Amino acid sequence: MNKPVIIDPEGLNQLISTLTRMGFQVVGPTVREEAIVYEKLESIKDLPEGFTDEQDGGIYRLKRRSDKALFGYVVGPHSWKKFLHPPERRLWSADSEGNDFKIKPEKLESPKFAFLGVRACEMHAIAIQDKVFINDKYVDPVYQIRRENAFFIAVNCGQAGGTCFCVSMNTGPKVDTGFDLALTEILDTDRHYFVVEVGSDRGAACLEQVTHQQAQNEEVRQAEDVVEKTSGQMGRTLDTTHIKELLYDNLEHPRWDDIAERCLSCANCTMVCPTCFCSTVEDVTDITGTHAERWQKWDSCFTMDFTYLHGGEVRASTKSRYRQWLTHKLASWQDQFGSSGCVGCGRCITWCPPAIDLTEEISQIRDSETQTSKPT
Amino acid sequence: MAVKMDPIIQSPMTPQLYRVEKVIRETHDTFSLRVIPKDDSGARAFQPGQFNMLYAFGVGEVPISISGPKPSGRSMIHTIRDVGTVTHALHGLKKDQTVGLRGPFGSAWPIELAKGYDVVIMAGGIGLAPLRPALYALLEQRDQFGELSLLYGTRKPEDLLFTEEFEEWRGKYGVQVKLTVDTADSEWHGNVGVVNTLVQRVTFDPVNTIAMICGPEVMMRFAVLELKHCGVPEDQIFITMERNMKCAVGFCGHCQFGPAFICKDGPVFRYDQVKQFFGIREI
Repeated sequence: MNKPVIIDPEGLNQLISTLTRMGFQVVGPTVREEAIVYEKLESIKDLPEGFTDEQDGGIYRLKRRSDKALFGYVVGPHSWKKFLHPPERRLWSADSEGNDFKIKPEKLESPKFAFLGVRACEMHAIAIQDKVFINDKYVDPVYQIRRENAFFIAVNCGQAGGTCFCVSMNTGPKVDTGFDLALTEILDTDRHYFVVEVGSDRGAACLEQVTHQQAQNEEVRQAEDVVEKTSGQMGRTLDTTHIKELLYDNLEHPRWDDIAERCLSCANCTMVCPTCFCSTVEDVTDITGTHAERWQKWDSCFTMDFTYLHGGEVRASTKSRYRQWLTHKLASWQDQFGSSGCVGCGRCITWCPPAIDLTEEISQIRDSETQTSKPT
Repeated sequence: MAVKMDPIIQSPMTPQLYRVEKVIRETHDTFSLRVIPKDDSGARAFQPGQFNMLYAFGVGEVPISISGPKPSGRSMIHTIRDVGTVTHALHGLKKDQTVGLRGPFGSAWPIELAKGYDVVIMAGGIGLAPLRPALYALLEQRDQFGELSLLYGTRKPEDLLFTEEFEEWRGKYGVQVKLTVDTADSEWHGNVGVVNTLVQRVTFDPVNTIAMICGPEVMMRFAVLELKHCGVPEDQIFITMERNMKCAVGFCGHCQFGPAFICKDGPVFRYDQVKQFFGIREI
């Protein structure tokens, strides 16, 4: 593969225009409502220049940096799944004709997204959703076409957030696979530039349209140092040793009751999670009753009717819903899709109103495991 | 990357249109819909134990197990209890009306595996519906199997399904059909009690038996206990699980039961493969 190159912020701007000219809708981090969210970008002016974020359990604050870093923060409440697996979409519509009806399938829209600023944990999250929607028994054509069209400009994290634990999950902070281009932002006293790794031929072709120069060894080393430093800054850690067995063996652990005292069953953790994929369907009709539509919407295992089955919910208690979520994420996901469902991005900790921290809950269960009776 | 453009979404979420060929009244609250594809292409092949998603126009979609027909049939039969909004709308359908259908989905009863074995079928309530195609498959090759038993229980005598077929199963094929109900008046001369009490009343060789069970979870729990008590090995006992289901293709996440997606890994499971989770409250 091509050697790393150097581009400056203007080069990044050229990259955005090049991709736009190629028919991509470039989306990336931008500041909205006091948070970093992923929206359409027209130029680097839309990026959160000079911002950073402070994150902890239940806490998220944007702050000013002393420099002009364009990627000087970690992940916000949004993830790329909103583009690949839309929060709401019509599956099909139907029209009745007397006793009969006809189904009208949806047109397969084929938006081309270029994702700018995808972090290592997020690349892993997308690979995990690929297993759900493309690489399993059935294929979701909407996800598939969006995924196949997408162009990935990843960014190696220059700092870790207070709730980050990608190092524990082996998902970062260095982007390893799946990218077209991967940037490392370097802010020297007198120089602001990006070391760019090329991950694909189309990444290389795109870079041809952008002012760049070959990276010197010193610059490459500097980029490696940035990632190295970030690795050492993780706000959280999670011991994943035999975590599947730990959770399967502790389905009746008293800690679940303790968590249920705090959990609001608000579903925030599942909405912000970049791998959570659950959805529901809604049937709607117009006022004449002759036109019907079926919509798919994001859903959460924390909602009341998620497990409704003739006359009641299977998981009526908050305890059982939290247990389902965490056990799915860290244990049964491995049986289902061959990997953990957690990438260590920390969003579920940051965006939990009562600041429930899965790394803390797991360590509590692990520490007390020997004192607990196992289910027969 | 070059992407092949498709004008419409060919999605596993889009139903095919089927025509109601016959509506069969089974009991006071249960009916069967026999359906064939509207384009007369012949229903898609299904295996005993699989299910379809049936869509009532403008109301919604529900998972319904396939309850027939006999192996040579061109149609698919669904036996449905009128208990919710969608099933009530399906109950309102008449001959020649249209129903949306996706499927068949899911795992099947182990008919091939059961060759050379005795087979004990245990059903509770409408749980007999997904087992009827299994019975048809066993009877079609009757000489391949040893003793066949059907142990079937419902709440009341009037809830018993497919009663008109019992005599043929008993007489022509030598199936040991035993019935029981939870409560009955003096008109009922049969057994009263739960299904697992019938296990002692039929002949089978436990170590050479395949058991297939479908019914409420509590019924299956006691049925498994009884069979294990008799000496049927756990890996020869098959049960079916039911959970909320929206997509039937593993996307929606609703039907998870431990590591299993009931829609694509089930609904039929070998007992020893799910027993770790079976019986855990609110799992």
